[in-house]
Amino acid sequence: MTRTATLGRRSALLAIAGVLASRGAWATPDATRDWLAGLAKGTPKDGKVTLKAPEIAENGNAVPLTVTVESEMSEKSFVKAIYIAADGNPNPGVAIYEFTPLAGKAEVSMRVRLAQTQKLVAVAEMNDGSLYTASREVKVTIGGCGG
Amino acid sequence: MSDDIKPRLRVPATAKKGEVVEVKTLITHPMENGQRKGADGKIVPRLIVNSLKVTYNGKPVLNATLEPAIAANPYLAFFLKVEESGTLKFTWTDDNKQSWDAESKIDVA
Repeated sequence: MTRTATLGRRSALLAIAGVLASRGAWATPDATRDWLAGLAKGTPKDGKVTLKAPEIAENGNAVPLTVTVESEMSEKSFVKAIYIAADGNPNPGVAIYEFTPLAGKAEVSMRVRLAQTQKLVAVAEMNDGSLYTASREVKVTIGGCGG
Repeated sequence: MSDDIKPRLRVPATAKKGEVVEVKTLITHPMENGQRKGADGKIVPRLIVNSLKVTYNGKPVLNATLEPAIAANPYLAFFLKVEESGTLKFTWTDDNKQSWDAESKIDVA
């Protein structure tokens, strides 16, 4: 075994350790799922939810996001809540919106901070307890967490 | 700092009965996310607007819970179904339990 090969292997290991350590403090897809599962009990189905966000965000400090849920928003059938999470930020939560039929339309627009390229996930809870979900990846060129 | 914090609203002044109108809000607030280091190298403590509650004639329309992942000067647009004339009221609250109110009247023509 030559010396360079040993060094090469060691630096490769250090690089992997570094990546693992830096990931540790951040939200992961698992943490994101747990955060959402803690709020919306049950298994969400795909559909009814639409996330509108740019495919590529040059500046992660303020990425426009619109979440729409198909619903007639009547007393009989309405969206009770929308839970929004992001799987690559220091914390998975983004926002929770609780609606009443008075809203007339289950749609909210906001601007979010994204630290890096990641997936945004929204779960909608209907008044009958059924859950719907959708997700969308946003590529971020400059992260938005002041690091 | 809290003197700089000002809510802004864009709410239509009139609506037809049963119309669903868009409401836009913004509050100037730094939304300090608790991750950033200040000039002294210390973490700047988290201080964000964590809640916005909206009512129309006293009835709840929307309750928003905001996390640090919401951008500074939090902007929020949503909808309201207007069945009667009334007052749309907004209350923002931050981590220090400080709150800001705003309201806007809508007339049904």
